[in-house]
Amino acid sequence: MPQFDPTTFASQLFWLAVTFVLLFIVVSRFAIPRLGEVLEQRQKLIADDLDRAHQLKAETEDAIRSYEKALAEARAKAHDVLRVAQDEMAKAADERNKAVNAALAEQIKQGEARIGKARDEALASVRDIAGGAAVAAVSRLAGLSPDEATVQAAVSGVMKESA
Amino acid sequence: MASPVEQFAVKPIIPVAHEGGALPFYTFTNSSAAMVAAVLVATVFFWLATRKRAVVPGRWQAVGEVLFDFIANMIRDNVGKEGMKYFPFVFTLFVFVFIGNMLGMLPYSFTFTSHIAVTAAMAVLIFVGVTIIGFARHGFHYLHMFFPHGAPLATAPILIPIELISYLSRPFSLSVRLFANMTVGHIMLKVLAGFVVSLGVVGGIVPFAVVSGITVLEFFIGALQAYVFTILTCIYLNDAINMH
Repeated sequence: MPQFDPTTFASQLFWLAVTFVLLFIVVSRFAIPRLGEVLEQRQKLIADDLDRAHQLKAETEDAIRSYEKALAEARAKAHDVLRVAQDEMAKAADERNKAVNAALAEQIKQGEARIGKARDEALASVRDIAGGAAVAAVSRLAGLSPDEATVQAAVSGVMKESA
Repeated sequence: MASPVEQFAVKPIIPVAHEGGALPFYTFTNSSAAMVAAVLVATVFFWLATRKRAVVPGRWQAVGEVLFDFIANMIRDNVGKEGMKYFPFVFTLFVFVFIGNMLGMLPYSFTFTSHIAVTAAMAVLIFVGVTIIGFARHGFHYLHMFFPHGAPLATAPILIPIELISYLSRPFSLSVRLFANMTVGHIMLKVLAGFVVSLGVVGGIVPFAVVSGITVLEFFIGALQAYVFTILTCIYLNDAINMH
């Protein structure tokens, strides 16, 4: 077998040493640094991306928190405004009611006074008419002409009875 | 017909004068050519793999990264963090043996890993290196490799020779394993391929099918032996660095 031919050993060993050292230089100076660099870069990129994602997530949560706070504040403010407006409106309505009630009461009083006056006047004229009618009836039936004072007294007496 | 071992003949490519004896050490032979080709292939591969250095790797880069991680993990798993110091050497070893085995599968090429001189040189380099690392790290204590802690003193006369022999036989098993695997595989391919030729078109179909299958198997064995050679190196390194 050619494997056991020692005449070729020196050449094989020499070239093995040369090529192995050469390959070692290629691997250690070229291949490993460059491959290692690429793997490291990827690792770093992934780690950086993860960090950024975490940071963004935290920022998002902050934003959500502040948004919710603002929302709650706005809601409270709106509630306050609503209550103030309601109070004001209730007060205004109350005042207007009072004023209107007062005016109405005044008008009612005035109306009642007018009604009273009109009734008194009516009653007075009723008396005159009743007196006239009594005089006319007496003169027609009895042929008498009663004096004014007697008739008035009689009418007043009847009216008092009927009232 | 050519002898099945003729494919292993080391022949000078550039003729040199030698009076029948040993070839001068600088003789550039088919073996040397295969070694240089392996270095060139590896260099071109690494160039392709690291040309772009993209975050999302292309095909070559993906293969390069897989190879890198494969060897790095092999050392991390078998030796630990401290073994990463020897990463370049182990990486070189694997690439050299693997490409050597693969180039050997090309027709008319030469398989330099099928030569005991080459595998033995690498195995001895590993053996000597590992032994030096062991003594450098543990000093005289490294001799405990041959007599583990906790073993009864009475067993020493048996245990020490056994451990010593198993330790000293490492370079032999390491070199013979690779050399024998590659040699036998290639001889088998040659012999079976010879049957295809001698049995003709009709009768040759069966050996042809077998040869096709064996060729696939040989690729697998080439890769596997490169892996075995490398992982054994890692295991020896682990013994030297961590001691068992």
